[in-house]
Amino acid sequence: MSKRRVMFTFPPERIEEPVIYLLGHQFGVVTNIRRADVTENKGWVVLELEGTDENIDRGIAWVSAKGIRVDSASGDVVEG
Amino acid sequence: MVWQVGPDLGRRTDGVQYMSYATSLRCRKCGGEYPLQAVNLCDFCFSPLDVAYDYKAMSKRVSRQALSSGPASMWRYQDLLPVDGPVVDIGTGFTPLTKCDGLARELGLEQLYIKNDCLNPTYSFKDRAVAVAITKARELGFHTVACASTGNLAASVAAHAAKAGLQAYVFIPADIETGKVVGTAVYGPTVVAVQGSYDKVNVLCHRLAETYEWGFINISLRSYYAEGSKTLGYEIAEQLNWRSPDCIVAPSASGLLFTRIWKGLNELSMLGLIDPVNTHMNLIQASGSSPIVNAFKAGTLHVHPVEPHTIAKSIAVGNPADGYYALRAVRESGGTAAAVSDEEIVAGMKLLARTEGIFAETAGGVVIAGLKNMVRSGEIKRDDLTVACITAAGLKTQEVVSDVIQPIVIQPTLESFQERVEMSCVAAAEVR
Repeated sequence: MSKRRVMFTFPPERIEEPVIYLLGHQFGVVTNIRRADVTENKGWVVLELEGTDENIDRGIAWVSAKGIRVDSASGDVVEG
Repeated sequence: MVWQVGPDLGRRTDGVQYMSYATSLRCRKCGGEYPLQAVNLCDFCFSPLDVAYDYKAMSKRVSRQALSSGPASMWRYQDLLPVDGPVVDIGTGFTPLTKCDGLARELGLEQLYIKNDCLNPTYSFKDRAVAVAITKARELGFHTVACASTGNLAASVAAHAAKAGLQAYVFIPADIETGKVVGTAVYGPTVVAVQGSYDKVNVLCHRLAETYEWGFINISLRSYYAEGSKTLGYEIAEQLNWRSPDCIVAPSASGLLFTRIWKGLNELSMLGLIDPVNTHMNLIQASGSSPIVNAFKAGTLHVHPVEPHTIAKSIAVGNPADGYYALRAVRESGGTAAAVSDEEIVAGMKLLARTEGIFAETAGGVVIAGLKNMVRSGEIKRDDLTVACITAAGLKTQEVVSDVIQPIVIQPTLESFQERVEMSCVAAAEVR
């Protein structure tokens, strides 16, 4: 089992969808929210995902395909 | 080994090694405290950890005189840094703060200085941060260090690791031209070219950091890495005869350097070494990678990540780890944030070279272009004592200004010179 710390940034049209619930339900990934700011126009959530690497990768691909941006919670590592 | 107490709290009597005044790592968001280990994020809220110090004890040790009598390098400020043992020193820091009257006249400023960090050992400000991170890596017992970089950071890590006798892994995106990594590979690290997007490289590096017992410079050692950048702020104040300037203009990628210049100035003030800081911190990004500027303009403190597309590769960070804190520094200081186009960046590089003889890389062009716009808009006033931070040398990004090569071709005769060159110069003078 692996853990990955990520940030989801939601476009307005996805804010009302239970994306995080479905991610856990459909991909067998445990989701653990640590910080968030969600309004009717925008939203971001910092959370930890726990599961097999394969399930986490599939789950992130599914979230990304919905137009939700997925980034590392600790920022980009590749620097100039 | 004997440790002194009292006025020299924590200082070793042999005078060679000593304990720093760092006390813990503290979460910048929730205040959670952690021991001084290789950890960079708070377990609770996943926010970055910052080094906390015993400033009361530190204030008894440091003075202007004591600092000024130190070595002509960043290590004159060792008492303000989180390192305990012998330092890894390749000659970093105490770079020139040059008064730039020619550029000042061109921009309409009365007092302009360039802090020239091109002159660090691997030609960028990264040497400051890496010197502290590698020193700490060795203290913590790491035998291997690593980083992910497209240029400046990679060279600095490789050089410092070579000096420290540590093994180094440098991860680069596979699409980087091999010529770009010569200045890294020459120091003997293991260079690993990772195929796939930058996002994939990011994910891989996080997983490597969790999997291997390495000191990952800008992941597990990031809290210490960050502290090295404070020395840029210390030097500016000391070189201005112990005062903070009215304005600082600095580029921003992850936001780390920007926040640490601000922290450095405020620490000096807190320690009574300079007056209260009234410096306006002005942040510049390339418009093709400007998530922090976007947030500033939108009036929010949340930085939405972007996909970078700019010639300023060294500051092309789409998801800046310290973006929130850089924004806070801009706001707290009454500064501003702005972005400049790729065309303005190239013009800024040429202007700096033409007026001051300083060949900066693209991030330097970003700063000069942003400074020019801020003076024009009145955000920086004519009589403001202004410092522009030039963070890396231009030899690494020569291709963006390659159009300057326009030699006048002549035959090997005096007549040919007079005909082609003198005529050309006369014509140019008439145009001016």
